[in-house]
Amino acid sequence: MSTQSARNQSLTLRLLLVVVAMFGFGFALVPLYDVFCDITGINGKTENQAAVWQDVAVDESRTVTVEFITRTNTGMPWEFRAETRRVKVHPGEINTVSFYVRNPASSEIIAQAIPSVSPGQAALYLNKTECFCFNQQPLQAGQEAWMPMSFYVDANLPQDISYFTLQYTLYDVTARAADLAEKENPYLRQPASGSR
Amino acid sequence: MAAALLPLQIFAQTASTTERAGELNLRQGVTDISGQVYDLHMLMFSICVAIAVAVFGVMFYSIVKHRKSRGVKPAHFHENVKVEIAWTVIPFLILIFMAVPAAKTLIAMEDTDEPDMTVLVTGSQWKWHYQYMDSNVSFYSVMATQREQIENKYEKGENYLLEVDRPLVIPTGQKVRFLITSDDVIHSWWVPDFAVKKDANPGFINEAWTKVNEPGIYRGQCAELCGKDHGFMPVVVVAKTPVEYEAWMTAQEEIVRKAKKEEQRLLAMNMSMDELMTAGEKVYNSTCAACHMPNGEGLPGVFPALKASPMVLEDQAAHINIVLNGKAGTAMQAFGKMLSLKDIAAVVTYERNAWGNNTGDIVQPKDVNAVATGK
Amino acid sequence: MSKATDTLVADSDAVHDDHHHGAPKGLMRWVLTTNHKDIGTLYLWFAFIMFLVGGAMAMVIRAELFQPGLQIVDPNFFNQMTTVHGLIMVFGAVMPAFTGLANWLIPMMIGAPDMALPRMNNWSFWILPFAFAILLGSLFVEGGGPAFGWTFYAPLSTTYSSDSTGLFVFSVHIMGISSIMGAINVIVTIFNMRAPGMTWMKMPLFVWTWLITAFLLIAVMPVLAGAVTMVLTDKFFGTSFFDAAGGGDPVMFQHIFWFFGHPEVYIMILPAFGIISQIVPTFARKRLFGYASMVYATASIALLSFIVWAHHMFTTGMPVFAEMFFMFATMLISVPTGVKVFNWVATMWRGSMTFEIPMMFALAFIVLFTIGGLSGLMLAITPVDFQYHDTYFVVAHFHYVLVTGAIFSIMAAVYYWLPKWTGKMFDITLAKWHFWCSLVSVNVLFFPMHFVGLAGMPRRIPDYSLQFADYNQWISIGGFAFGLSQLIFLALVIKACKKVGEPVSDRVWEGAEGLEWEIPSPAPYHTFETPPVVK
Repeated sequence: MSTQSARNQSLTLRLLLVVVAMFGFGFALVPLYDVFCDITGINGKTENQAAVWQDVAVDESRTVTVEFITRTNTGMPWEFRAETRRVKVHPGEINTVSFYVRNPASSEIIAQAIPSVSPGQAALYLNKTECFCFNQQPLQAGQEAWMPMSFYVDANLPQDISYFTLQYTLYDVTARAADLAEKENPYLRQPASGSR
Repeated sequence: MAAALLPLQIFAQTASTTERAGELNLRQGVTDISGQVYDLHMLMFSICVAIAVAVFGVMFYSIVKHRKSRGVKPAHFHENVKVEIAWTVIPFLILIFMAVPAAKTLIAMEDTDEPDMTVLVTGSQWKWHYQYMDSNVSFYSVMATQREQIENKYEKGENYLLEVDRPLVIPTGQKVRFLITSDDVIHSWWVPDFAVKKDANPGFINEAWTKVNEPGIYRGQCAELCGKDHGFMPVVVVAKTPVEYEAWMTAQEEIVRKAKKEEQRLLAMNMSMDELMTAGEKVYNSTCAACHMPNGEGLPGVFPALKASPMVLEDQAAHINIVLNGKAGTAMQAFGKMLSLKDIAAVVTYERNAWGNNTGDIVQPKDVNAVATGK
Repeated sequence: MSKATDTLVADSDAVHDDHHHGAPKGLMRWVLTTNHKDIGTLYLWFAFIMFLVGGAMAMVIRAELFQPGLQIVDPNFFNQMTTVHGLIMVFGAVMPAFTGLANWLIPMMIGAPDMALPRMNNWSFWILPFAFAILLGSLFVEGGGPAFGWTFYAPLSTTYSSDSTGLFVFSVHIMGISSIMGAINVIVTIFNMRAPGMTWMKMPLFVWTWLITAFLLIAVMPVLAGAVTMVLTDKFFGTSFFDAAGGGDPVMFQHIFWFFGHPEVYIMILPAFGIISQIVPTFARKRLFGYASMVYATASIALLSFIVWAHHMFTTGMPVFAEMFFMFATMLISVPTGVKVFNWVATMWRGSMTFEIPMMFALAFIVLFTIGGLSGLMLAITPVDFQYHDTYFVVAHFHYVLVTGAIFSIMAAVYYWLPKWTGKMFDITLAKWHFWCSLVSVNVLFFPMHFVGLAGMPRRIPDYSLQFADYNQWISIGGFAFGLSQLIFLALVIKACKKVGEPVSDRVWEGAEGLEWEIPSPAPYHTFETPPVVK
């Protein structure tokens, strides 16, 4: 009969292991979700690392319209607008657009731009070679900047997508900002060229 | 003016909500998609009813016939492979029959072709904001039903809870795309007549589209629990013929131009305390009282009191700033996007002098402008 | 089935030396008990009390919705009521009631002397009242209790919730631990404590469905614990799992929640399938049709429940192929569910039926659960779900499967086994009143919800436009009547606990089969201390 309680104990322990593993799995869902998004384009998340442009043939026969939307989150006083509202591009060709920001507040504010693409699948084919959204952007009181974003659309963009929207929402992250190595915004008063 | 007659015409065109009383079924709506969705709904419903009738028919036949009181002796069978395979395979075939039209409609809904126009729809607690992407026209759309009707002091109007101060206006016969997002919590933008329901997720955009066939007023509501006043966040869309729509849009652009001029004029002048307090009370009751309560005492633990609040009594710049830009992570929104400089000046003055907050401070539009622009 | 009566009072000190024969007296009996029957009774009473508390909240909701306008409560309190009503009914009523039935019945059905882990059993019950005391207590702190729906979508439950969210999280953690301990106990008991000869495919279906439910519980309750922990750290400790500003995503919350939430739905219905599969053969006097297919259907429902979660989220914006996948997977669940219904009907076919109270509830279950299942099939169709989603159509659907499904099955179970527990037949007149009042009122309550939902009434709103007024009045009247009907049940159960009534035979019901019917009525405090031999 002691074998009975030993068997009970070992089964209980194994089940507890499953419980612990599933608790861990709950948290593992967070990175898994990101992987899932990368594969499927759920929610239109874009890469937050620079893509390397491959010199591929530009598909002149196809035109895709990319639309830009800017928003500031609650509590964020910055002025923020896209200098170009809409741009027609050929897949494979590099384009640069610029965004204007100004900090009207009386103190320094550090901002983080969060991108979102709709339809979400297009996010998988939008490659950004340079973007202000990769880093937090500080601005002193009254400063203004033109922040560039360079991108190309992958030639494999599904044929049924001819039009997509990229939205940036600007968040005030001063309170939780990492200590920035340079406290100066790299894009201060440098109007970007090449926007069309 | 034609604009004054318009509401009357529209009343003639749409069934009022009271006429809808007693309605039992989904609406066919006014778009091709909503019609398809209705057909699909009726197909699924009929199949389900047929299945139910068949299963319950057999069951009740058995209940009537195979009862002990009729002297029935129980049979002894308890399995039959053929029957069991049949009732696994047949439902499966029915499912395939259901899945095909469902998939077709779904694909038709996910049409990402270039639209004729785009509206950015932003939800916030508890109102909608519409921005026309091809013009500088944008506005908030707030429920217009009076508080007294909700509190049962006045008789409830015909479109109780389904009326807004400024409806979204779109043209008929054109593909209108909605980009949907949120400033705070998750909302859901729903117009039953278009068969469009899409969640507004903070920080992300979703899209939906419609092509309305008939002019009219179409009413919907927020469909995702978004806090206290979730039930008081209607969606109203007015569809006009393209010609009428163009006229409306031109008028709106003119209004925006005039408002900008007026703003410039206001910056140069001072308003009196009385003027500010009267205007301020109005703005407060329509915009702020939902959370901070008409008596300025808020809801303890949920929405802070303004009465005797240190910020309201002391730091004027911080007070203006929070009204202009809101406070991240709270229900306090950026009213700079919603109210004019004059309204903000008035409401800040009101808050600093009402309910015993007798600071005597007068806030002018130019003071607000100074905080907004940093100049 | 074996004759086991001779093993009942056999003197054995082997398995559990921590208890004595016969029930001790007084309050401490209940606090310290490790007896599966005592703990089962505690669970069932707790579930009943919670059912009444959650029901009282539903009465508040229905009173407010009786007519348009705000009359009784403010919208913030209304949201707290819908939230806590949901949490209490799911975690406080349905789940503990099933655990109570499992405690009472599984050892008796498989010929075991008790649950495998009796002390853990005591713990898993006694932490529950604390969990619900905390949850109910949070309603009285400043800012009120949870007001974000039982699904607690972020960021409404994180950034925008009141500070009592910490209490909510703590209470859900305790409920989760309780359920997990209960589930482990069930699994270990079924694996290790079956009487000789009780092979897997001889186990009563109630035991089978509970075994599968228990596996679902240990798979998904920890995920819920993870989700509430993330809500807690997002709200109080500066993480941003669900906050776009910090790189998180509010939609991810829904994925994690429904990864728990959909299996949870089956946790609340699989034991009900088991109960109905016990009752129908008894009163049809015919063996259950398709026993093996019942087991396989239950297992496949459980497996499918892990790949359909996103059908709760069609409107969040998903790529079209994902919507199709979840639509098809969801539709697929109706196949094994259909098999179950067909099996029950085939069991009745050419049986010799009588219609005692448990059978009446079981028949009501089959019809009304099927209605809920069919509306579920309609909800699976993505394009129309865009119209149904978050309306009263959904409210109607899940109340049909949970009230006339899960709750009716629990009532059927109580009526079926109560005479075995008390040794006396319950008051049949009261039971008939209870059945017919409940049956009529529950349909007046939930059926019109389909219509207001289709006509466009969103769920979770404290006030509605005038077109919905007539139906809501009917719904509220049905609600009050259903609420009052349950007081008949309360009276009946109290009377039964006082052991008033006609003594019953060991078998109680003429057609009853199974080990639990071989032992005396009332079931002695200790049963099967020497295992019976099942042939």
